Amino acid sequence: MTTIPVPEAFPGERPVTDEVVAEHKINATEHEAILRLLGGRTPTLTELGIFSALWSEHCSYKHTKPILRQFPTQGAQVLQGPGENAGVLRLPDGWAVAFKIESHNHPSAVEPYQGAATGVGGILRDVFTMGARPVALLNSLRLGPLDEPRNRYLFAGIVKGVGDYGNCVGVPTLGGEVVFAPGYSGNPLVNAMAVGILRADELITARAHGVGNLLISVGARTGRDGIHGASFASEDLTAASEARRPQVQVGDPFTEKLLLEASLELIRGDHIVAIQDMGAAGLTSSSAEMAARGGVGVELDTSAVPTREPGMTPYEIMLSESQERMLVVVEPHKVDDVVAICTKWELQSAVVGRITDDGLFRVVHDGRLVAAIPGQELVDGCPVYHPEAAESAAAVARRAAVPERNGPDPVDALKRLLDAPTIASKRWVFEQFDTTVRGRSVITPGGDAGVLRVEDTGFALAMTVDCNARHVLLDPYEGGKGVVAEAARNIACTGARPLGITDCLNFGNPERPEIFFQFREACRGISDACRAFDTPVTGGNVSLYNQSPSGAIDPTPTVGMIGLLEDVTTAVPSHFRDTGDAILLIGHTRGHLGGSAYWAEVLDTIAGSPPPIDLDLERALQQFLVAAAGRRLMKSAHDLSDGGLAVALAECCIGGPWATRTFGATVDLNAHADTVSDEGWLFGEDGARALVSADPADVMALQQLGAQYGIPCHYLGLVGEPGGDIEVTREQRRWAWSSTELRRIYQEALPRRMNNPNGSGKD
Amino acid sequence: MERAGGEAVLLDYRSGSLDGADAVILPGGFSYGDYLRSGAIARFSPVMAAIREHAAAGGAVLGICNGFQILCEAHLLPGALMHNAGQRFASRPVDLRIERTYTICTSEFEPGEVIRIPQAHGEGRYEATPEVLEMLERDNLIVLRYVAVPGSDVPHNPNGSTADIAGICNPEGNVVGFMPHPERLADKALGSDVGMRFFTGLIKRLSGVPA
Repeated sequence: MTTIPVPEAFPGERPVTDEVVAEHKINATEHEAILRLLGGRTPTLTELGIFSALWSEHCSYKHTKPILRQFPTQGAQVLQGPGENAGVLRLPDGWAVAFKIESHNHPSAVEPYQGAATGVGGILRDVFTMGARPVALLNSLRLGPLDEPRNRYLFAGIVKGVGDYGNCVGVPTLGGEVVFAPGYSGNPLVNAMAVGILRADELITARAHGVGNLLISVGARTGRDGIHGASFASEDLTAASEARRPQVQVGDPFTEKLLLEASLELIRGDHIVAIQDMGAAGLTSSSAEMAARGGVGVELDTSAVPTREPGMTPYEIMLSESQERMLVVVEPHKVDDVVAICTKWELQSAVVGRITDDGLFRVVHDGRLVAAIPGQELVDGCPVYHPEAAESAAAVARRAAVPERNGPDPVDALKRLLDAPTIASKRWVFEQFDTTVRGRSVITPGGDAGVLRVEDTGFALAMTVDCNARHVLLDPYEGGKGVVAEAARNIACTGARPLGITDCLNFGNPERPEIFFQFREACRGISDACRAFDTPVTGGNVSLYNQSPSGAIDPTPTVGMIGLLEDVTTAVPSHFRDTGDAILLIGHTRGHLGGSAYWAEVLDTIAGSPPPIDLDLERALQQFLVAAAGRRLMKSAHDLSDGGLAVALAECCIGGPWATRTFGATVDLNAHADTVSDEGWLFGEDGARALVSADPADVMALQQLGAQYGIPCHYLGLVGEPGGDIEVTREQRRWAWSSTELRRIYQEALPRRMNNPNGSGKD
Repeated sequence: MERAGGEAVLLDYRSGSLDGADAVILPGGFSYGDYLRSGAIARFSPVMAAIREHAAAGGAVLGICNGFQILCEAHLLPGALMHNAGQRFASRPVDLRIERTYTICTSEFEPGEVIRIPQAHGEGRYEATPEVLEMLERDNLIVLRYVAVPGSDVPHNPNGSTADIAGICNPEGNVVGFMPHPERLADKALGSDVGMRFFTGLIKRLSGVPA
């Protein structure tokens, strides 16, 4: 190997002392590794900044890599697995779907509007850099209870930020979830997912090659915003985090739209070799990662980067996280074409570097070499940690605990559940999101999963994001399985077959054994479920250190899942449609109340073991639902999750967000599972179940189909009159609710809390 | 437009001509990000001169959502579209009454027919001077109005528009603008293709079928 040239400090730069190293969150082990890598010499400040970004948890996965390697990532449907900007799955007729989920938690905690907006911008870029046109967005939002004013402020700002960005770029939001729990006070979670469509043969990867090829930056100028964002995302939130507000980037969705069109034109016209978003750690990560994937070196000239203000140092330019920027690799003879396309879209472009053959990551500024680091080791060489994992005694005790009091009358309990913000209608949220732009939305938010027609083909995609963090908190392994199972149930309820997942693993500080235990076990659960369902993990994101002074968040491994609906005309909605239809409960009811929403919301008890997930039964249920939808035997299908049968039945009767009528129902539980308690029947959360309505003439066919898949289809009763009562009887007991009253409770729960600043939200 | 039987061409906003188009549709979107007032910058686009000429000569011009906002900013239609009364983006289906069927795009409907199509915007509250409002009513220039339907539990007028106005036309009837999005419900696979009728109506008009 040739001698590595020695870079010099940039004029005016601070000398790199141990104190400066510590400020960059580089520990002694990592400092030693850096010195070894540089042949014993002290790094320049620019180099130190580059290391601190790429060796942050956010970029290096240094605590999680060994666990993440255990995810199943293979499958006939996988066109691109983890390691690229987004995963890609094959679809029929030469089409493919690119999708990914990513967190923007820390920025949203200090600046909710911009933090959430730029989270959407970043995930859109990850998808269109694969050559895919973004066609749908989803999001998973987690906040503390709405009776705290700060949480209302964060909620309103996050929803507006998510909405404004996606609306402006013109991508419909087709799904999401919003969960309120005390664990997220002070540390809200914003996970955004984007879905894009491409022709399989137009896939492009972020792999630089071709010595002598040039690097061109495209899009916004580089400013001083977001410097060290990746490092910020890799530490606990503290009172001092407020001072990090200037590190939150500012979004410009109109430039994003131009960047999207320009990028797709560059990719589809075969004008470029590779492309990557300048996301977390900006120019540093995009150039270093593209070069490392391609096994080449790179030289960047930071003085050639268009900046917003004069006097920016190479350190600042390398670490800026200014939004709406792309880095593309171009053959020299195509530079003029690339510049012309950028000009057409009124975007700035500039040659900022070149591909070299010596494997070094070099930065020059005004002809002065300020960084020279072995490139492969820069990206892959961060020490990997194997933290201790041990479940806390408190967690074990929590799992063994039960509520200390008896529940109220089921009639009241259901009303309480429907008024709980986590369960109640999210109409207040998604009416701020454009859900129909592009004219392909078949099922919009408010159902089990979003369904989107793929361009003008005959098939559709179903998509959902899910995570029951309470179940994961109580039992990370079973909870992890349950997250994937619930997502798959939601997909299958629309009639679609689950294809694959992306995950966003939000946890606390991994250096704490009880947190790393949650992480390891939840990932094991996700892996087992993905293997059982043949839904490989195609990529995702890890967000650790979600930890505020009041403690860690509930462990939240959010899963985004894509399913394929072969015939768009067979899409099944969630809500009842016609009086006189038969109501069927699909699956086994065992009355499992541990970890239930009923215990949490009605009895204020977060305890017990969540329902064990039988992966074989789940898979059988999915296959049954897909087959039944394909044969058009179901008029509606809704999965049973939070709040069990009672909440699912109420939701089916209440109708969709824009329905102009509710339905009553008569349901008789006498014939079924007589050892189960009333509460267990009504509110238990056993998995592998769905509530289906069907034309009475199709009930026999459904039951035969169920027998074929080994899934019971219990006939429960009939859909009643519009505006009628929902009546449930069991032996001599009878419970009844007005469907219109339940709709009112369900629809008003969020607006009542958000529109009335003095309302505590408690009755 | 193509499924309705027409040939659609995209015109660059920097273009100086309409390339012989028979009708112009200014679609929805966020021109210039709507960072200023919606449509306030787009009205200065070079292509607007050609659209203005086309409209003055009696040519068909339809503005949908941001297109309606641009037509108002360009004074091809009277009035203005302000921030929604609720100060939030409002995305949902709206119930509309077809108030006028003799326009370039509503001839396929019955007068008074009520339809439900999607709508999504942050600035759709129609406002105008009392004189303009009186003219709109008197000359029957209101094309679409938000209407309450039984059983709905959302406000029928989602943005607080004066007189429930969702769309209007110019006195000659060849320039039409409205906030709702018929193009988003023009596919039976989405549950309804009622929105298609605006485009088949426009094609008929261009083919010389009298409205």
